[in-house]
Amino acid sequence: MPDDELCLALVADLDSGFADVVRTHERVVYSVALRLSSRPADAEDLAAEAFLRAYQALRGYHSDRIASLRLRPWLLTIVRNTARNAARDAARRPDLPPAFEPAEQPACGASVEQQVERDDVARELGAVLAQLPEAQRVAVVLRHVVGLPTSEVAEVLGCPDGTAKSHISRGLHRLRALLTGGVAGRTDR
Amino acid sequence: MMCNDLDSITDALAGLTAPTAPGLADRIFGSWLTAPSRLGAAFVAFTGAGVQFVRSAESVRGDATVFAEAYRDRFGRPLRPAHRAPARLLVALQRALQGRQTPVRLDLRGLSEFERDVLTATSRIPAGQTRPYGWVAREAGRARAVRAVGSVLARNPVPLLIPCHRVVRADGLLGDYMFGAEHKEQLLRAEQVNLDEVAALARQGVYFVGSNTTGVVCFPTCHDARRITPAHRHGFRTIGTAVAAGYRPCRHCRPTTETV
Repeated sequence: MPDDELCLALVADLDSGFADVVRTHERVVYSVALRLSSRPADAEDLAAEAFLRAYQALRGYHSDRIASLRLRPWLLTIVRNTARNAARDAARRPDLPPAFEPAEQPACGASVEQQVERDDVARELGAVLAQLPEAQRVAVVLRHVVGLPTSEVAEVLGCPDGTAKSHISRGLHRLRALLTGGVAGRTDR
Repeated sequence: MMCNDLDSITDALAGLTAPTAPGLADRIFGSWLTAPSRLGAAFVAFTGAGVQFVRSAESVRGDATVFAEAYRDRFGRPLRPAHRAPARLLVALQRALQGRQTPVRLDLRGLSEFERDVLTATSRIPAGQTRPYGWVAREAGRARAVRAVGSVLARNPVPLLIPCHRVVRADGLLGDYMFGAEHKEQLLRAEQVNLDEVAALARQGVYFVGSNTTGVVCFPTCHDARRITPAHRHGFRTIGTAVAAGYRPCRHCRPTTETV
């Protein structure tokens, strides 16, 4: 369902409209949450909390404001802020031992070797993504993992389009540096 | 890894899109249904963690939207009709709402520690018995917070499942109930609490009953107190006088925590 229709559905009936919002955007929200959480096990918590915050905000909004909302970037801004809060809170508390994460089942269709290689790539990429500064990481994830247009990336980051573009490009270059040896990545800090 | 040019990096990044998290929506939405209860039809909201909110249909004028609004105000969560209630939850819920001793999973997240302690203490009052607000306060670890107990119970999210109707005033009167005092009386009488006897004792200034054969003193509604034959029954105004007369506080209804 496109965002403008979702907004109208929210105005007509907040709760059933919100069910449509979750259905439409849960994959994007969860994909971003997964890249912004320090541990994969936290991603579902982060996604659920972000949706709940969005809902609570919508309850207080006037229908005009809901109708004119740019839903996807708005939701992803909430995901980003929620992740920052969680990271800040985690920094204040001592680390819990990491939760045991069972290996994912290989998907049908791909050979085991292909799947193993793909998992390795994903794991390595996920690990180096986590080393990017927050703004670059958010920019790269929004632009290249979930495929947002640059204008929406800028909206989530709260910066001009040009700045968003430079975050994306710096992030990509640093990723490459980290992947090919890790030393060059430090020069543009 | 072959990611050394930007194109292959962006390709690999696009592959990081997650599949839909199963059960994410269940963690966001509460579900509601109606179920028969001892107070007629009841609206019930639950999450994956358990039952979260119960209100008699009468208290929301039979209107699902009034119930849903009260739920949203309180929990800040969207609500949707339960299309597939977990069967075991449903069976347990229906039994418990009709007064049978059935454990039901409750979702009490979002309550303060004190609120949770009050509700936990209240849940330990057996059917057919009552306890004063002060008893709950003491069992919850804050003996002086008697009024606060009243406020917590007036907002009990899961009445009937946590039997706040069994908490009464120390002076023998029943006190208020979120659904009206007349319903409190109706529920207690249906559980065979002898309210007339309790009131008659209170008029004589008796709030504790002891047996001179066992030397144990109880609340009048305690299972053990009701078995005392009239010849061996002694009434007391305070637990202190009973203890001074050589009685030991009952270990079941715990009229006091002071060890003697």
